[in-house]
Amino acid sequence: MDALNATDDISQVVILLEANPYFWGGRSNGAHSTGPANFTFDRFLEHVLLFINSLHLLNQANRIVVIATGATSCAYLYDSNAAELSENARTARVSKKLSVVEKITQKLEDFMSKEAVYDLNQGTEDNRYSLLSGSLSMALCYIQRILRGPSPHPLPRILCLQGTPDAPPQYIAVMNAIFSAQRSLVPIDACIVGNHHSAFLQQATHITGGIYMKPPAPEGLFEYLSMVFATDLYSRKFLQLPRASGVDFRASCFCHKKSIDMGFVCSVCLSIFCKGQRTCTTCNAIFAPSKQPNPAAAAAQKRKVS
Amino acid sequence: MGPEEDGTNPMDEDGDGDAEEQGRDMEAWEKAYAEDRSWEALTEDASGLLLAVDVTQQQRQHRRRFAASKGPRIQRGIIRYVFVVCDFSRAAAEADFKPSRMGAVANCVEAFVREFFDQNPLSHLGLITIRNGVARRLTDLSGSPEAHIRALRANLECSGDASIQNAIDLARGYLSSIPSYGHREVVILYSALSTCDPGDIMDSIAECKKANIRCSVVGLSAEIYICKTLCDKTGGVYSVAISESHLKELVLEHAPPPPAVAESAVASLVRMGFPQRGAEGTVALCACHREVKLGGGYTCPRCKARVCELPTECHICGLTLVSSPHLARSYHHLFPVPGFEEVSVQLQSMGKFDVLRLCYGCQQELPTAGSKAIAGVRLECPRCKQHFCFDCDVYIHESLHNCPGCESLVK
Repeated sequence: MDALNATDDISQVVILLEANPYFWGGRSNGAHSTGPANFTFDRFLEHVLLFINSLHLLNQANRIVVIATGATSCAYLYDSNAAELSENARTARVSKKLSVVEKITQKLEDFMSKEAVYDLNQGTEDNRYSLLSGSLSMALCYIQRILRGPSPHPLPRILCLQGTPDAPPQYIAVMNAIFSAQRSLVPIDACIVGNHHSAFLQQATHITGGIYMKPPAPEGLFEYLSMVFATDLYSRKFLQLPRASGVDFRASCFCHKKSIDMGFVCSVCLSIFCKGQRTCTTCNAIFAPSKQPNPAAAAAQKRKVS
Repeated sequence: MGPEEDGTNPMDEDGDGDAEEQGRDMEAWEKAYAEDRSWEALTEDASGLLLAVDVTQQQRQHRRRFAASKGPRIQRGIIRYVFVVCDFSRAAAEADFKPSRMGAVANCVEAFVREFFDQNPLSHLGLITIRNGVARRLTDLSGSPEAHIRALRANLECSGDASIQNAIDLARGYLSSIPSYGHREVVILYSALSTCDPGDIMDSIAECKKANIRCSVVGLSAEIYICKTLCDKTGGVYSVAISESHLKELVLEHAPPPPAVAESAVASLVRMGFPQRGAEGTVALCACHREVKLGGGYTCPRCKARVCELPTECHICGLTLVSSPHLARSYHHLFPVPGFEEVSVQLQSMGKFDVLRLCYGCQQELPTAGSKAIAGVRLECPRCKQHFCFDCDVYIHESLHNCPGCESLVK
């Protein structure tokens, strides 16, 4: 049955492109350099555009969406669906491919100029992080639209090209997105182009059944992308793909945003704390002294989550 | 045939006399369809899917229903300890439910167990069966759905009488030893019409109430007084199924965490460990099965023992082991997305629509004042002021629990 499944070859790939100017420009500042040493944004983009063209080449029915993940906003850069509708079908293949590159670079310029404006206004510390939760949510909304559409629909997957480290304030939003992806059977793949492993994306790939990879040599990004992330979901079964080398399942505490491997959890709202406390700072529950099963003591407590 | 006709005809004339005068050629049920002609309101879209004409109205209705179903924000008992009691007495052999009551119950319990652990990742569940008047514990309270389903599938036979008292006494015995912060519940799937008890069942019900055990019953035959009393006294829900699908619906209603009653559990800080997953391909002895396992597995952060699956309690040091995703599954209850507001398409100035022509989530075109081509409502997030389509609104509030607009703003 699987062998005859005609839709297996058509993929809907949503690429989340790292476009944080602080990350790519960080090296010149030298202050908090998180980017790889000799891997500039131009080179990165070159590899990704090649990869997008090769996805189109693998199967002309493949559909691709590119979403930029910036420091202050997220935006759609390219949608092969929309392109097909507006363009004439008779356009020569070469010119079409050129137009993919042109479209993306043009949108990216707009996006970057907007980001730059924001940066002048507010040069906060938080700009070190990219808005992964935003672009993941947008990607999932888009995929839902594809899944609602006429069947057989292409098989969706998300590819995160992430460079910046994880942003602790986004933890809940990213986890919500991961569970939603898991429910709609959308695998999230992750390719890390920065220096740090991403615990968020390790969990995302583990939970949704995607591939996690941090290329040891980012200069050869295209090789990694085309060997690991280009194949459709059906063909993946037959490939020897990189396997997870241990997933960081530690939680971060609500009080200091530190990663901890042992902690205290509020039984009412499941907030995580690194030290024992008298009351919960999230839901205001007053904790009974532990290890005393004493239901009578509960009556006086205020327990509304607000 | 003859005598029967004589017997029934006078009654028919009495009942339908008026109707026959009005429209002799059409039955009442036919008229309901003939006058409504609801099929004429349907149109096909480009890909052949059927669309109702008044999309906007339908979408508003759905939004109203959803807003009503959410209700006020209440505290829910997130850490639950539930015993599911299956009545496999003689009555479960009846075939009014297909394939039999027992088969229907088994299917429902299987679906329930999976849904339960999806919605309550930190909770524990156990199975009890009643057979020959005796309640027997099938599985202990644990967090592994597969173990419960396997045990249930291996124990499908029914005979003898049913006893509610034996079942709740047994469940109460096990539930009395759980930590004080847990919410204790018993869900009974009851096929029989009677209960054959060794003592006074009212005493058992009072004991349950004292132990803060919430008992709910889903009946398969008819409403029974004693079940209703049990549910009323302990704060549970009593419902009776009329068909297989209704049964499933009723059982799955118990999957979302119930509202917490102030006395039912104590708030407390629970010490938990967040073990790391071991690399694939490593070989280690696991503490739970005492076997050599290849790859996977988790290491207890306190005593470094290896366990096979989460959530569980460390078999060596007793620490509650969970993974952070288990906790995170419940966080959307705490930080819900604000409800979107409908934007009147007519009142909007055209200038803003040029910017917000597409849905921020899925890039679908939104309805505008000018064109009538796209039907539906246009919605706005009160926090980030981005516009969304109806489909994204449903997805964002029912599954994603994130607003894409708010998430792509720096907080």
